[in-house]
Amino acid sequence: MMRSAWLDPVRTPARRLSPRVLAPLAVALLAFVALNVAIAVVIVSGRLDGHWYDFRDLGIAVQSLREWLDDRTADQPQWMSDALGDHWLSYIVTALIGALGILSFVGAVLLVLIWVERRLIGRIQVRRGPNRVGPFGLLQPFADAIKLIQKETLIPRGADRFMFYLPPVLVFIPGLLVWAPIPWAPQMSYLDINVGVLYLIAISSLSTLAIFMAGWSSNNHYALLGAMRTVAMMISYEIPLSIALLSVVLFTGSMQLSEIVQWQADHNMWLGVLMPLALFTFFFSSTAELNRTPNDIAEAESEIVAGFHTEYSGMKFGLFYAVELGNAVAVAAFVGTFFLGGWSLFGLEEWVPPYLVFALKISAAYFVLVWLRGTLPRFRLDQLMLFAWKYLIPISLVQVLLIALEKSILERWDVPGVLPLTIFTVVNAGFAVWIVRFWARFLGYRPERESLLAPTLTTTMGGLQAARRMRAAP
Amino acid sequence: MTTASEPYVLNIGPQHPSTHGVFRLRVVMDGERIQDIDMVVGYLHRSMEKLAEERTYTQNIPFTDRTDYLASMSNNLGYCLAAERLAGVEVPDRASYLRVIFAELQRIASHSMANGTFINDAGAWQTPLMYMFREREKILDLFEMTSGARLTTNYMRIGGVAFDPPAEFFPAVNALIDELPDRIAEYTELLVDNEILLARSRGVGVVSAEDAINGSLVGPVLRASGVPWDLRKAEPYCAYEDFDFDIPVGHVGDCYDRFMVRLEEMRQSVRIIRQALDGLPSGPHKTEIPLALRPAPGEAYARVEGPRGELGFYVVSDGGPAPFRFHIRAPSLINLSLLREMAVGTSLPDAIVTLGSIDIVVGEIDR
Repeated sequence: MMRSAWLDPVRTPARRLSPRVLAPLAVALLAFVALNVAIAVVIVSGRLDGHWYDFRDLGIAVQSLREWLDDRTADQPQWMSDALGDHWLSYIVTALIGALGILSFVGAVLLVLIWVERRLIGRIQVRRGPNRVGPFGLLQPFADAIKLIQKETLIPRGADRFMFYLPPVLVFIPGLLVWAPIPWAPQMSYLDINVGVLYLIAISSLSTLAIFMAGWSSNNHYALLGAMRTVAMMISYEIPLSIALLSVVLFTGSMQLSEIVQWQADHNMWLGVLMPLALFTFFFSSTAELNRTPNDIAEAESEIVAGFHTEYSGMKFGLFYAVELGNAVAVAAFVGTFFLGGWSLFGLEEWVPPYLVFALKISAAYFVLVWLRGTLPRFRLDQLMLFAWKYLIPISLVQVLLIALEKSILERWDVPGVLPLTIFTVVNAGFAVWIVRFWARFLGYRPERESLLAPTLTTTMGGLQAARRMRAAP
Repeated sequence: MTTASEPYVLNIGPQHPSTHGVFRLRVVMDGERIQDIDMVVGYLHRSMEKLAEERTYTQNIPFTDRTDYLASMSNNLGYCLAAERLAGVEVPDRASYLRVIFAELQRIASHSMANGTFINDAGAWQTPLMYMFREREKILDLFEMTSGARLTTNYMRIGGVAFDPPAEFFPAVNALIDELPDRIAEYTELLVDNEILLARSRGVGVVSAEDAINGSLVGPVLRASGVPWDLRKAEPYCAYEDFDFDIPVGHVGDCYDRFMVRLEEMRQSVRIIRQALDGLPSGPHKTEIPLALRPAPGEAYARVEGPRGELGFYVVSDGGPAPFRFHIRAPSLINLSLLREMAVGTSLPDAIVTLGSIDIVVGEIDR
């Protein structure tokens, strides 16, 4: 009888690369190292600084392009200046470049991260994940997309056709708009407005409208339940999310995202370290807004099948799926910007392109999201609401008070440098631990009183009398 | 201001991620609150009890695989015990021990599945399920090694078991039962203290001991309610009286207790298997019986403690080669009957978790 391969420990034969492959690889590695050394020499010599070919900050190149274009339109006739302004050409061209950059980045990220997420979840779940299409399964997202595109999109008979068509498109717009104000490098930001935080809060709540439209127009109870849950969650969690960002804005004194990052770069201090409670509140609220585990209540698979997009099929479903993933990456980018220091990395951003530093931070935050998804069960809707209103909002309000106090101390106390921030970090961390424990106990959480009751072990069998005896026994 | 609301009917199933097969719930809901539940069964009805009246006693064994397809060994065992009782066939000791080993392996496999899907219903995105599948997979490999099949094993025979396990079975099963306690400890670490799971399952779907007995509940669901009743102890069959093991009994009767009782039963099953392997007698694994068994007219009822609870087989003979009447007392159907009482008044997520914790197999409900 065949011995099952499953019973053997997993033993993959060690792969030896032949010298024929190894030699070019070694040469390539050496060349790569040499190239990096050359780049380092160029950077140290300062020959790159401020030139358009400074690849560390693509914003400089765009700036140079804008100046060049402005020169082209400098000698335009007066009537054109009156009608279009002086910078119309540079404005249009750079706007298009930026929009194209965001579009291509989001598209590429979606294609890669679908694969990354599935592989990671596969690893977490002791299986392999997609590994058939292309090398390491890298082409799987393309295969999925092709499959989804060629699938028929069914429209349920009772659905409101126009309203049903609209949401997959509408939901994409905020998913792209949120990327605009995010700073990738000191000068590399598409929309560096001074109300960036407000803009983000406003834009990120827009997608709820599309989701509600989808749920309502499907004419399906599951979809409607999912849509109602989304709206309820959105209203509850927008508040702690905004309060968490309020602490950030209070402390850095700016709503401009580039300023917030610059503050963190100047002080060599990540806001997530300085105010861990705000980071936690922001992250948890974001999972609720994103419909991700542990708060994926709006599309709880085991309860309401797929929530608001139950009736969507083909690429319409694909769009919802993509936006969901894109929003998760956007939230990772927010976490990176507000709490993990954005493009700054304690001076290392002078050497490594800052956008790569930032991409690393996005990946780290996104990994946590995937990790949570692979580990935790789901809350119930009422539990989630209670958590927002009874725990997160009061706690984060108290924390805003503390942050305000610290800010005013910092304004008055004229000690520059690292000492006050260090003290505040310790104070905030201690405060976070204390307030979470205190508030939970204040609301009646007593983990030690309801001891975890493991089942009683017995060998005497019986019926109701035995059950009553066992219940009476201590 | 209050707005008028009216209840609506949500149709859960027959195809739904949480109905574990083709089972349908018609739920009357007011918002998220459940007002009434109507359970519709029969989508998987294959009329096994009637079909069995046309086939010989031995030919009926594969049918029992296909009732509770997650615990085919236990079903085989129950039917074979009934047929043996009817025909007065003696079973060799070695066969009894092998039956215990395979029934307990099946219990571990089935409880892995039950607990995994329960956590899945509570919202974990398949990770605990996949972990528990890993162990179930190894057990199914052992089944394949011995009987040639993984799911519908058709292993027990009237008078013993079909095959003696091959030589490579014993090192494999020893390795597995050495590994299992660690694995179960891993699940405990991941799940038992998980605040979200506690919030979702404690105090949800509570059945008191009185209700459980009135509702004739069986198995882990009954024991979770605090009734110490396990046929392996109460009315030992095969060789269970030889082994030293405990029966876990819950306290409250909520979903969490059911989960914990199953987890503990997996540990106890490992104990039983270890003892059975140590004390495995030598000798024949089967008593030879005539090909067309013709028991004397009469009736017999045998019950075993399957993974889902008390599994009864009732066989009536009129002296012919096929049973005159064949009936299965399916634990899933009886455990399911109290779902309405457990779920009405709670919300939809609670009802789904409760359904998951009952651990139904639709093949057994509809037969």
